[in-house]
Amino acid sequence: MDFFFIITSLLKIVGILFVVILPMVSYAVYAERRVSAFIQDRLGPNRVGPAGLFQPIADMFKLLLKEDFTPRAANTFYYWLAPCLAVMPAIITIAVVPFGSTLFGVPMVIADVNVGILFVFAIASLGVYGIVIGGWASNSKYPFLGGIRSSAQMLSYELSLGLAVVPVFMVVGNLRLTSVVLYQIGHGWFIAPFVGDWMNPWKWLLAVPMLISFFVFMIAVFAETNRLPFDLPEAEQELAGGYNTEYSSMKFALYFLGEYAAMITGSAVIVTLFFGGWHFPGIPDGSHGWIFGLINIAVFFTKVAAVIFVFMWVRWTLPRFRYDQLMRLGWLFFFEIALVNIFLVAAILPYSSRL
Amino acid sequence: MSPFLFWIFALMTLIFGAGVVINRNPVASALSLVVSFLGLAALFMSLDAFFVGIIQVLVYAGAVMVLFLFIIMLLNLQTEERRRINGLAAAGGIGVALILLVQICFVIGHFQAARQTFPPLARSTTDDVWNIGALLFSNYNLPFQIIGVLVLVATIGVVLLSKRQPR
Repeated sequence: MDFFFIITSLLKIVGILFVVILPMVSYAVYAERRVSAFIQDRLGPNRVGPAGLFQPIADMFKLLLKEDFTPRAANTFYYWLAPCLAVMPAIITIAVVPFGSTLFGVPMVIADVNVGILFVFAIASLGVYGIVIGGWASNSKYPFLGGIRSSAQMLSYELSLGLAVVPVFMVVGNLRLTSVVLYQIGHGWFIAPFVGDWMNPWKWLLAVPMLISFFVFMIAVFAETNRLPFDLPEAEQELAGGYNTEYSSMKFALYFLGEYAAMITGSAVIVTLFFGGWHFPGIPDGSHGWIFGLINIAVFFTKVAAVIFVFMWVRWTLPRFRYDQLMRLGWLFFFEIALVNIFLVAAILPYSSRL
Repeated sequence: MSPFLFWIFALMTLIFGAGVVINRNPVASALSLVVSFLGLAALFMSLDAFFVGIIQVLVYAGAVMVLFLFIIMLLNLQTEERRRINGLAAAGGIGVALILLVQICFVIGHFQAARQTFPPLARSTTDDVWNIGALLFSNYNLPFQIIGVLVLVATIGVVLLSKRQPR
């Protein structure tokens, strides 16, 4: 545990959190409003600053200055704890995601642990506490119903989430997220394997279950982050807002932040697993000069932004599922598809000569 | 891993473990157990057992305890009233615990290997996920498969029990 390691790790943590993730969260809220406006043929917020770009700052001031109201019947300690528990897991998850190659010889991942994807699932599964405790501590009917709904939903979709990525790791043969990226650099992105020995027909056969796995994973991430086709925990029309009904001011903003942070980390994991992480064909990695290291980081976050755009696009296009439909979809459809997909990959893998 | 971190996580595990018993609010008890599990997971990771540690978080903190909390909230359990302490029962409990402690000390005192420091473990060249997988599918293949059948039977049992009877 040398000094250099501690300093670089701290720099990476502070850099990724305060320079990238938190600004990205606030601008994701702005982007959400603009994208929804364009989809619905409106303009959206365009008054504060050029093209409304200072809108997130204005929003933050508004939320900070609002009255912070705590209901009398609420369980105060847990009422305060819950919004923090909603934000923390989403931010911690980013620690194992490789967001760049190397910069001045320092690998651009905060913690390159050998259980990478399991770490992501483990920490993400703690996110449900923030919602459940928030719903319970408010001591009110609608938040409680929202919290209960969400815990059932998140537990159900965690299964499909976990099973959907098993094929990826069967092919890579390692749970480390950096080795997933390295594999994709050598053999092409899982979603479109054009690089390497792309003439091999078995490899194209392998791309079919990878595509299935990608779609199941993407849909499960929608459900895990409570995004629209599955946003039952906070269905505005049915639950008066869901688990965050009783929250106001900055505590409400923290829930909002947590939702968007979870969306960003979810997109980052999708990009890492299926879209080649920081790799872009023709751009070398950071060992060829620091400028390429920076470009790799930029490529990664551009891809993340593109996936977030798809999230928003889906949100403003599709209607919400009913609760029983959501549960049936998760348990009787995606769970089975993900399970069969694993056997499919296991059947193809011996013939594709381990690539 | 510095001993400093070990003490932090060991204390965290123990204090919140005690919190499970001491807390009178069932939700607070369940959450204490979650924090205790997190401390235990950190201790596993400090021994380079990343897989065991992360499974501890994933299965216990992430899934089992969420279900517990879910049920506690659905049952709407009230905070237990603080009961008056029964002096005789408390004295008996403390006495039994003390006797057990003395016995354990006695046994460990007569156990030769307990007095020597443990030899440093050889660092494995392969990572621990690979090691566990290799062991499960070679040495312990039969028990592993038996457990698989057991879990399957339990799953089928749960589905049958939770299925609504046709009227």
